[in-house]
Amino acid sequence: MMGIPAGLDWDWSTAADVLPTLLTQFLKVTLLVTALGTVIAAILGLVIAMAMRLAPRPIAAAVKWIANIIRMTPIIIQLLFAYYAFLSLDAITVGVIVFGIHYSTYMSEVYRAGIDAVPRGQWEATTALSMSMRRTWMAVIIPQALRATIPALGNYAISMFKDTPFLLVIGVVELVNAGLIYGGNTYRYIEPLTLVGIIFLLASYPTSLLIGRLEKRLAYNT
Amino acid sequence: MDDKFAAVGEAMPRLLEGLRVTVELTILGAIAAFILAVILGLAAASPTKVWRIPARVIIEFFRGTSLVVQIFWFFFVLPLLGIDLHPLVAGVLALGLNYGAYAAEVVRGSIQSVPSGQWEATTALSLGPVQRMRRIIFPQAWALMIPSLSSLLIHLMKGTAIVGYITLADFTFQLDQVKRVSGTLFTYGIVGMLGYFLFALLLTLAMNLLERQAKHKLGQGTSLRRILSPAPAPTTRAGGIQ
Amino acid sequence: MIEFRDVEKAFGDNVVLHDLNFSVQQGDRVTLIGPSGSGKTTILRLVMTLEEATDGYIFVGGEPLTHEERGGKRVERSKKDQKRIRQRIGMVFQQFNLFPNMTVLENIIEAPVHVLGQSKAEAGEKARLLLDKVGLSDKADAHPTSLSGGQQQRVAIARALAMDPEILLLDEVTSALDPEIVGDVLAILRNIADTTDITMLIVTHEMQFARDVSNRVLMFDGGKIVEEAAPDVMFSSPKHQRTKDFLHAVLGDADGTIGTH
Repeated sequence: MMGIPAGLDWDWSTAADVLPTLLTQFLKVTLLVTALGTVIAAILGLVIAMAMRLAPRPIAAAVKWIANIIRMTPIIIQLLFAYYAFLSLDAITVGVIVFGIHYSTYMSEVYRAGIDAVPRGQWEATTALSMSMRRTWMAVIIPQALRATIPALGNYAISMFKDTPFLLVIGVVELVNAGLIYGGNTYRYIEPLTLVGIIFLLASYPTSLLIGRLEKRLAYNT
Repeated sequence: MDDKFAAVGEAMPRLLEGLRVTVELTILGAIAAFILAVILGLAAASPTKVWRIPARVIIEFFRGTSLVVQIFWFFFVLPLLGIDLHPLVAGVLALGLNYGAYAAEVVRGSIQSVPSGQWEATTALSLGPVQRMRRIIFPQAWALMIPSLSSLLIHLMKGTAIVGYITLADFTFQLDQVKRVSGTLFTYGIVGMLGYFLFALLLTLAMNLLERQAKHKLGQGTSLRRILSPAPAPTTRAGGIQ
Repeated sequence: MIEFRDVEKAFGDNVVLHDLNFSVQQGDRVTLIGPSGSGKTTILRLVMTLEEATDGYIFVGGEPLTHEERGGKRVERSKKDQKRIRQRIGMVFQQFNLFPNMTVLENIIEAPVHVLGQSKAEAGEKARLLLDKVGLSDKADAHPTSLSGGQQQRVAIARALAMDPEILLLDEVTSALDPEIVGDVLAILRNIADTTDITMLIVTHEMQFARDVSNRVLMFDGGKIVEEAAPDVMFSSPKHQRTKDFLHAVLGDADGTIGTH
């Protein structure tokens, strides 16, 4: 049993000491991975959704199972696997790719629902107008399907943001890892870890409020 | 390849022990999360501010700070405040609070999606607030919330993979121990992915059965007993409302 | 039995009922008619306490329902008092609102057992009598979702009667039903009207039913009573132009009257 250690009280000078490091890692790593990962997830998710609809059946089924396996297994295992599989890539690059792929399996479901929600009449109208398959998708289906997916995309970006600490398993010094390293060096955990929590809260809560508002707006404007 | 299988075979007791820890954390975490979700969800659905506002603050707080932050905070900071938690307790607590907060939103949303006619009928029959929730509204909300709870359960299961960092020897931790012998890619890519995936499938299956049962209680779909019985499926009955 | 005194109901800026005064005697069967949006359903919902009046007082059995005047001020009554009065009132809804998580029998005995504290055996026995009365004695263990709309509505009637209400509110109970089964449900209600002295407040578009069952008809328009008469008088010689127009629209007859079938 530990006695009450010196680390009990909140120390402002420690907090001031660690904050710049935390903010730097936050901007340089956490936000960067989230932003790039979101872009990959958004594009790849659409590709998967379209593949499941357009590709020949065996391929569509294979894509579906692979997506299921990725979605239902820990991102940590995927990070470790990819890190050792592509030793030539640096850890942050691996992180961006793995987060992008992992979340693309979620995004594909959002797109699929969005595509399914486009009324039958829209498809029939493109047939009646003899529009090409390509034109049908690019000009009619995707623009309508995309609109409803924007809030979901935003929510997954926030989820991804909160998952970025998993990157520490492949040695990336993101926000949490930076706090842990500081704690390990100074034996003061209370300030860095509490500040890390506050930064997460301050970044994610207003963003989710914003997305909630966007969601309402889009719902009314249809 | 054969030697890799042999190495995994040799390490099997370790891996199974790790899987047991993962299963244990998932189940305990899910129970903690569910209890919390029901309490917070009911409070958040309450028309009374005294209940609603604290519930909202707790929900937003634990959703807004990352799971990993919470786990490390419970493990490293709480002992400094004189609270020494067993790592398993710290893990279960963090999983329960984090996913409980997400699930509370599901519970609240489901309760509020029960059609207003059902609420009105309870008023017309003079049922009190406790009876109304326990006997009429919650059983119906339950069927609505299972699909979302099911996907949260998978998230929770995936989240347990971090607990190796707070000294718990879970499946991921044991994979890390055996990877030198059995090869990194084989260990993570095949054994690890497969182990977690099969567990996730089992969890999903269990939740699907739960959903069937809940829907059957609302007069929708076939009963669980009928699905599980070895007898041939009855011909679909016409006119059923789905 | 029911009295509205200067009742006002507004939803935001939209005043649905304005300075409404009327009363219903014990055993009365009063039908409210009028165009949609005239506030008829709101009146039933006020009596059932599903909505709260924004001003004025409603009395049930001589007692104020939700608000009373005390020291010249309009104050809300205690929840306990409200609950006690509410137990004297039953309601049947347009959309039935049966509980899908319970069988037919469980739906009927739920409130008698858990509100009135009757034993399950006692409540069950009575529920079976009521099911017999509505012609569904073989459906006690069925799930509501497996029943047709007409059957669900008959269960809902039995469920309301199981509480032995002194007042029964019927809110467009046949509007959600297929035309060919409307008659069955109305026949049951007619039978209840004939064999009990329950006070009934009815909102319906079935003018024939209004004529058969009620002893008074109130014509509503714009949140006010524009005409009040016995059904024979109201349907054969309406006085107010709004009533004439309304009856003409719903009945489609040239003279706005209905004969007996």
